[in-house]
Amino acid sequence: MRPLDETETTVVFEKLFKFVGNNLKKIVENPSDEGPESTPGSYCFRLQKNRVYYVSEALVKRATNISRKNLVSLGTCIGKYTHAGSFHLTIMSLNILAANAKHKVWLKPTSEMSFLYGNHVLKGGLGRITDSIVPGDGVVVFSMSDVPLGFGIAAKSTQDCRKLDPNGIVVLHQADIGEYLRDEDEL
Amino acid sequence: MPALTRNKKKGAKSQTPPTKQVTKPRTPPSKTQSKPQTTTLKKGAKKPPLKKQKKEVVVEEEPLEEDDEVVSDASIDSESEELDESDDEGGKGSNGFFSDDEEENDDDDETLGDDFLEGSGEEEEEEEEEEEGPSDVGSDSDSDEDDDDLVKQSEAIDRKLAKQKADADAEQQELNKQDESEHDAFRLPTEEELEEEARGPPDLPLLKTRIEDIVRALKNFKAFRPAGATRKECVEQLKADLGSYYGYNSFLIGTLVEMFPPGELMELIEAFEKQRPTSIRTNTLKTRRRDLADVLLNRGVNLDPLSKWSKVGLVIYDSQVPIGATPEYLAGYYMLQGASSFLPVMALAPRENERIVDVAAAPGGKTTYIAALMKNTGLIYANEMKVPRLKSLTANLHRMGVTNTIVCNYDGRELPKVLGQNTVDRVLLDAPCSGTGVISKDESVKISKTADEIKKFAHLQKQLILAAIDMVDANSKTGGYIVYSTCSLMVAENEAVIDYALKKRDVKLVTCGLDFGRKGFTRFREHRFQPSLDKTRRFYPHVHNMDGFFVAKLKKMSNMTKSSEDDDEAVETVEQDEVSDDDDDEAEAIEENRNKERRTKSKEDKRSKKDKKSKSENGNVEPKARKQKKKRSEWKNEIAQAREEKRIAMREKAKEKK
Repeated sequence: MRPLDETETTVVFEKLFKFVGNNLKKIVENPSDEGPESTPGSYCFRLQKNRVYYVSEALVKRATNISRKNLVSLGTCIGKYTHAGSFHLTIMSLNILAANAKHKVWLKPTSEMSFLYGNHVLKGGLGRITDSIVPGDGVVVFSMSDVPLGFGIAAKSTQDCRKLDPNGIVVLHQADIGEYLRDEDEL
Repeated sequence: MPALTRNKKKGAKSQTPPTKQVTKPRTPPSKTQSKPQTTTLKKGAKKPPLKKQKKEVVVEEEPLEEDDEVVSDASIDSESEELDESDDEGGKGSNGFFSDDEEENDDDDETLGDDFLEGSGEEEEEEEEEEEGPSDVGSDSDSDEDDDDLVKQSEAIDRKLAKQKADADAEQQELNKQDESEHDAFRLPTEEELEEEARGPPDLPLLKTRIEDIVRALKNFKAFRPAGATRKECVEQLKADLGSYYGYNSFLIGTLVEMFPPGELMELIEAFEKQRPTSIRTNTLKTRRRDLADVLLNRGVNLDPLSKWSKVGLVIYDSQVPIGATPEYLAGYYMLQGASSFLPVMALAPRENERIVDVAAAPGGKTTYIAALMKNTGLIYANEMKVPRLKSLTANLHRMGVTNTIVCNYDGRELPKVLGQNTVDRVLLDAPCSGTGVISKDESVKISKTADEIKKFAHLQKQLILAAIDMVDANSKTGGYIVYSTCSLMVAENEAVIDYALKKRDVKLVTCGLDFGRKGFTRFREHRFQPSLDKTRRFYPHVHNMDGFFVAKLKKMSNMTKSSEDDDEAVETVEQDEVSDDDDDEAEAIEENRNKERRTKSKEDKRSKKDKKSKSENGNVEPKARKQKKKRSEWKNEIAQAREEKRIAMREKAKEKK
């Protein structure tokens, strides 16, 4: 387990910025109640076996005596590096993203299951959408009851969405909670 | 008492001509009405002389006449009855009293049958006695002349009745014998029969009836004891039958038979054949039980709160959607978890901002519950030895939104070395076990578990519990607790392990807070455990409708190993020598010989580990060790004294508790 490099940190922050925008500050400086001391520490990022974890400092300190071979996970895993060196966010980061998301999309009940199977979000399944979405933005997908279902990349801006035909793709699927059942091994 | 007296009276009156009160058509002279019915019930009584009978009749009936009201009513009834009877019998009697004996006897038979079944129509007898009282008194003079004939008739009828009675009794006895012989035939099939059975496929209905017979016999062995069969033989046959009917291997069925009385054993085995109800636990980090229940009801799930003792549990009766694949499940609002798995975490009762270790965490149901109770504060070490199970553990933790957990992959016995001794507040050890409590989930346990496997598990569990105890800080402000739980029913894996821990470490048992379970065994066959073991709890499928489970909560009193009562300084550094000395002494004194072997093994392990430690420490340790070995005799005396004091203290405590 080691802290992230400069380059690695920039890559991760860029990805996060797509989804949370200025709330990135909140994420990084979030006071945490974890750890046995009562004074809140802060969170940090750590790299372990090509996976990036978002953990509070108290946890990090106490995980140091676990050897590298045996340490499996700390806190929350938010993504992993590929062989090529690019960084992908995984579904396990959904909690953090959902709490701080700038761009949100709400799905109709009928198309929830379709998204959970890994399909993209179509115009016909769109319930609500936040304004000022630019193509290429990160979008977090919710159900109508505000249950976070996953996230993806916006394919069209908000205004374009209104003009789209019902089968047009609005959000490109990146991760959804159905992966906990489908791709357990990948996590 | 009145019944007895009446019976006696009736017995005496049995010689009077038989007049069945029940059989009204046959109206013998009013005198004899009451007596006959009772007399018929009695087995053939001798016939005293008539005169005496009359006198006896008069004398015996006088006290009955005290109840005037009853008598008067009875007399009215009796008069009407007598009239009816006399009318009926008048018709018959005129034709030939004796010729109608057969008919009467038939009637007698019928009435006999009725009387037999009814036991004793004592009320009727009462009434009739009372009825006959006044009538007898009144009709004495009239019936004198008819007495002789009547007496003869009555004697004949009496004889026949007595015969029939005797026959009926004989029949009953024969039936009983037949039942017993049937018992015999089923219970102890001869070797030939057993061979025959063994040749073909097992005859299930036959086995079932035999099992039921044996269980019935064992429940009330005095009454149903088949001749010539010892209890042991019955039990052996029962074991064989249960094994072949339900599919258990002989070892497992043998241990179950030892633990439960026959009736309860049947209930347990039947319960193992069925599934326990599916239950889920609300994730309080994300939602509340009420809200979750609403959402699931909308999806078409039929559910109810689990029970009084849980605020987060829900039981699922049936569901239109797969309960393990709803969006709510995937979003981490609930976890599929058996009701018995709630119990160790409830016993552990973690507080916020504590350090907790879960020694065998996968798949993570209990770990996530602990995190929910702690509200994501504090710190949890979730350890799992098997690599393939780590993925599901990590996935569950992330799905449920748990952030205060470190997942590591160690053998539980190494954890104290890694995490440090005396560092954490609470430890949950849900030990790997034989799984004999969850046979309803996994039927392969029925045939695959042998005595050796149980021993291996028990050995592993003992090592793990010592490691768990070593990790806990006895001086922790809020904690110092270890919860040990297994999903097994075997005493060797449950009470024996706790007893071992109590001997080896300075811990004591405390109440789990789960009062609805059964208390653990304080003694079992040849084992005698410490009396505080009744604070542990056992849960059974047939009693509590959850998987078989065992939970024990220990509190660590001090950070020492259980050997010294002397200097604190010398203790921890010279632990190894003291442990070895004391173990030698204690091993002699203690009755359980099996544990000797294990202790020597673990002793050697400890010695090897601690030898390394002591060598690495400064050389002061070694001279100390030599000095202490010289003072061995002194140690022995002190230890013996301390042990006696403890025994006295325990006895006093036991008396106080009583």
